Amino acid sequence: MHAYRKARAVGAALLAAGTIAAALTACSSSGSSAASSSSSSSSGGGTYTFWDPYPQYNATSDWANLVASCGTKAGVTVKRTPYDTTALTTQALLAAQQGKSPDILLVDNPVVSTLAKAGALTTTAQNGLSTGSIAQNILGAGVINGATFGVPIGANTLALYYNPKVLTAAHVDPATITNWASLTAALAKVKAAGKKGITFSGINTEEGSFQFLPWFWGAGANLTNLDSPQAIAALTLWTTWIKDGYAPNSVIQDTQTTAWQEFQTGDVAFAENGTWQKGLAAQMGAKVIQIPAENGGSAPVPTGGEFFTIPVQGDTSRYATSAKIVGCLSATDNIVKTDNTLNYVAPTQAGQQAQASADSSLSSWVSAVGVAKARTGDNLGTKYPVISQQMWTAAQKAESGAATPSAALAAAQAAASAALSK
Amino acid sequence: MKAMTAEQSRVRSAARHRDGAAPAAPSRGRRQPRARRPRLPRGAQWAAWGFIAPVVGYLGLFYAYPLYRNIDLSVRSYTVTSFVSGNAPFAGFGNYAGIFESPTFAPALLNTAAFVFVSIALQFAIGLALAVFFHRNFRLSGLLRALFLVPWLLPLLVSASTWSWMLNSDSGIVNAFLQAFGIGQVDWLTSPTWSLVAVLIANIWIGIPFNLVIMYSGLQSIPVDIFEAASIDGAGGWQRFWRIAFPLLRPVSAITLLLGFVYTLKVFDIIWIMTKGGPATSSTTLAIWSYQLSFGSLLPDFSSAAAVGNVLIVIAVIFAFIYVRARHRLEST
Repeated sequence: MHAYRKARAVGAALLAAGTIAAALTACSSSGSSAASSSSSSSSGGGTYTFWDPYPQYNATSDWANLVASCGTKAGVTVKRTPYDTTALTTQALLAAQQGKSPDILLVDNPVVSTLAKAGALTTTAQNGLSTGSIAQNILGAGVINGATFGVPIGANTLALYYNPKVLTAAHVDPATITNWASLTAALAKVKAAGKKGITFSGINTEEGSFQFLPWFWGAGANLTNLDSPQAIAALTLWTTWIKDGYAPNSVIQDTQTTAWQEFQTGDVAFAENGTWQKGLAAQMGAKVIQIPAENGGSAPVPTGGEFFTIPVQGDTSRYATSAKIVGCLSATDNIVKTDNTLNYVAPTQAGQQAQASADSSLSSWVSAVGVAKARTGDNLGTKYPVISQQMWTAAQKAESGAATPSAALAAAQAAASAALSK
Repeated sequence: MKAMTAEQSRVRSAARHRDGAAPAAPSRGRRQPRARRPRLPRGAQWAAWGFIAPVVGYLGLFYAYPLYRNIDLSVRSYTVTSFVSGNAPFAGFGNYAGIFESPTFAPALLNTAAFVFVSIALQFAIGLALAVFFHRNFRLSGLLRALFLVPWLLPLLVSASTWSWMLNSDSGIVNAFLQAFGIGQVDWLTSPTWSLVAVLIANIWIGIPFNLVIMYSGLQSIPVDIFEAASIDGAGGWQRFWRIAFPLLRPVSAITLLLGFVYTLKVFDIIWIMTKGGPATSSTTLAIWSYQLSFGSLLPDFSSAAAVGNVLIVIAVIFAFIYVRARHRLEST
């Protein structure tokens, strides 16, 4: 009887533990099975595997056809597997752990430094990729300690969209917006006219940091010093907008997509958003200006966009063919076509010129990308994710009123220093 | 995917529960000691092992091994580099010390406690009240009961997204409704004071059907003649509930509370979709924190995340033992 009871106690405990364990490991177990199924082909003779974060393009899309044709040109078959952007980082790490990385990996630029630190990527010196004509500021995300770990497919960045109808009704001339003071004054006028001022994404994910950086850098702040007076000025700008009703309270939870949806209602004067909304902006008649720096001029904006990387393989003779495929995919003609579909700006001057001559509305985006900076640049590398997490947490605290901007940023700096010194 | 597994596990354990609850009630009467089983011949013993092997294999592969890996992950100091190269140094309880000292730990633990206990208390109370209400079997009660199951049938992603739209500060229907009564804008999802309340409301709404179904079937298993006898003795509705239904439901209630506890402890989807644990840490529970550590940033910290996950498992196991002890006391009275 006693043993029976004990067995039941253990059973109940296992049941409880198992339910939780199953839930916790759900992600990792499904991850590894996906990795192993797609990697089995990487050892097959003429087949090269290629992972990208574009699940929106199916097997019959132009992008998939381009990938296939570049493989044919290099004399091999390319097996393409698209993943969701956030899933791709984990997939790539797991695959590297199992020694089953794809031959070519197209990955979001701030992840390059993480994967490079993990030792999962080859340098351009090892794999023979050419980086010659690529703009230095776009290439920056792939450069760590002097070594380059990939080539960009293109770049996107942030700018300030505005709705001319709302601005006209509020008697605001967009040309007068040259610094923070004039922008805030314009927001006040818009609010007085009964419309909403500005939407942005102040969420507690990487998106929030991405959106905050133009203001952070525009004030002259540096990521290694989160609680500098300049940083406090940038965060105070955001919180004052929310407090004064220039920005809706929902920006605290808005992703870039939901912030854009609010702008699309036609009731909002400005939206800080990315190159990828260009097409939808044209549909609703919205125009675009550069994000102003605190004291005038364009603020440096962060670059978005993916990098072609060639992960470490057991068989190093594969790199040459992989480099050939990437070379084909990033050749000017092909990359211009791809970047037009993705709404990206090409990473080379030749590509940018080709884009701008075909579509003059792109010229403001080309100049925005010209002043853009890589988030992991300035040799931050994998320090950036740690700093960024503290930065978005501080932004959240200040936006929601849980702490003042200076207290929130001081706590963030302390936490980031502690995490980095670990 | 996450929503799917949670949903499935709810359904699965509801089924599991029903199988387990049925013998629970009659077992009160049958308390004779078990007869010693005669020793089986050698061949039959092998056969017995053969029959049990699939279950043992399944448990080992899908429960014990992941659990072991999770513990292994939490006692080593994994960085992205050592995750790939596989030579993470042994850190003992270093990761656990790290999470206990983290400024996120106290708020996460408090939020988890508040989230779990308030959720369970209200889910159980409302579920039981509705079960008693439907026990009377009036016209259309079947249809109404089916309607109450809707939150259970909806994918969590759908219900959580809908809640987050309804609770939107500027354009949500809840605030529009409150404004009609002259109550000003409540920042449900974006203020540190309300975000936990907002996810609690959504979670309670989602959990009521589970409690309703289990308590309703528990009520049905109580013989009607007991109620009739009580009525004849002059017991009113209130007394019939507190003196008969409630005590007889105790075994069913205990398992419902335990299962509810385990699900609520690991609730992730609703909170992640609605607030991502924010603003700051105001709605961060241990489950959310664990996810944030391993997948929320560009630089995963798998070891700390695994440590947080193991803390959750330990909490669940402690409550499972409390449940087992409570059942013993119940059975021996």
